[in-house]
Amino acid sequence: MTTIGVLGLQGAFREHVRSIEASGAESVVVKKVEQLENIDGLIIPGGESTTMRRLIDKYNFLEPLHDFGKQGKPIFGTCAGLILLASEIDGSYDVHLGLMDIHVRRNAFGRQRESFEVDLDIEGVAEGYNAVFIRAPYIERVGESGKVLATYNGHIVAAQQDGYLACSFHPELTEDHRMTAHFVKMVEESKKSLAL
Amino acid sequence: MSQTGTDRVKRGMAEMQKGGVIMDVVNAEQAKIAEEAGAVAVMALERVPADIRAAGGVARMADPSIVEDVMNAVSIPVMAKARIGHITEARVLEALGVDYIDESEVLTPADDVYHIKKDDYTVPFVCGCRNLGEATRRIREGASMLRTKGEPGTGNIVEAVSHMRQVQSQIRHLRGLSEDEVMVYAKDNGAPFDMLMEIREAGRLPVVNFAAGGIATPADAALMMQLGADGVFVGSGIFKSNDPERFARAIVEATTHYDDYKLIGELSRGLGTAMKGMEMSTLAADQRMQDRSQ
Repeated sequence: MTTIGVLGLQGAFREHVRSIEASGAESVVVKKVEQLENIDGLIIPGGESTTMRRLIDKYNFLEPLHDFGKQGKPIFGTCAGLILLASEIDGSYDVHLGLMDIHVRRNAFGRQRESFEVDLDIEGVAEGYNAVFIRAPYIERVGESGKVLATYNGHIVAAQQDGYLACSFHPELTEDHRMTAHFVKMVEESKKSLAL
Repeated sequence: MSQTGTDRVKRGMAEMQKGGVIMDVVNAEQAKIAEEAGAVAVMALERVPADIRAAGGVARMADPSIVEDVMNAVSIPVMAKARIGHITEARVLEALGVDYIDESEVLTPADDVYHIKKDDYTVPFVCGCRNLGEATRRIREGASMLRTKGEPGTGNIVEAVSHMRQVQSQIRHLRGLSEDEVMVYAKDNGAPFDMLMEIREAGRLPVVNFAAGGIATPADAALMMQLGADGVFVGSGIFKSNDPERFARAIVEATTHYDDYKLIGELSRGLGTAMKGMEMSTLAADQRMQDRSQ
């Protein structure tokens, strides 16, 4: 059975658990570093990226999370999770995990009153996907080995690079599990290739 | 076509705050301390509740320059309080661009009967509640997030505990009722019937419910999480303690790891004096902020 962890330091992690289970994998909330050993993939959920980073530092999660990605185990970052994965953050020297070759802009669509939902086509994943953006970031540039999966108003809002998947919106806030199911598939494939 | 101000967008914003601590601040410097300590949002105010209580008189929306200073100082969401029923204060805060409005009994109510019709706004609202009746009425008016009222500015957790327990216990009770019994329950509690049916089915409120009103220590915050709060608001507890930075960090950690008692013990060690609290029986009826709305 494939087990996918959800980083549970702060934010909407329980909704991700529900979505993973609905997509046919097992799920566990990760609050301690040692739990990373028993999972095949990880979701870094939406929440407040500055709060999560502070707790990541406090509990010495930064190196273990970085190593987790470097081992080839897939990581899916949503909203705040996308910011934590990025190699470059606009207007900031403070890169977090830096695992995925993307340049991101925080709160890029504005404050809460500008938050919105919209139907998006996500390449190879879903058509007419109800995407919920909350004080969301977007991706300004994707590195050479990365692939853009979705854009909104000319801005990149979903991308994939090797085992890394990132989106600006919140797949856990709706009953549409296609984005999570796509990640579950990525984890299953990586599990097979890591076993070889 | 994209849509702003939908229930999903407004309630979703509160979902992202779960497991976090929202801190009251009165200037940019305090806001930075809160952000640095790991707060998920700050509440920009002219005075913290303990000082509002001490000052007496009419408490109103903060000076917009304070709210703007705080918004410019931090990248986390900024909330601000409007008086209950004060449609104009709420519209002004929305125009300023605050991320959440607290229609709050901490301020002196502008309307002693009606709350703001909150679903008319693009900005989401949080409201206080003591029981399922108040909770469902506020949600139906358009609140996207709830919090216990507790008794603000007292540093005494007893009322917040009572309100959180009351809501949880009423939800459990509701689950055991048949449909015809729910109708009478709706009548007795002044609660919308269809929303009670929804809650009975789901076994939980349709919005996030934080704890607020009297949280003064890391152990208080952890207690509220243990009782089922989705997160905590700390008003006077941080900047009325004698070491705000340490208190802020300790409360954030205790909220994340609310069932790690060894850690909470460590966090509480040598933390210094918490805010001076007040015993409920010393409060006169007109000093009870929680009774200002129904």
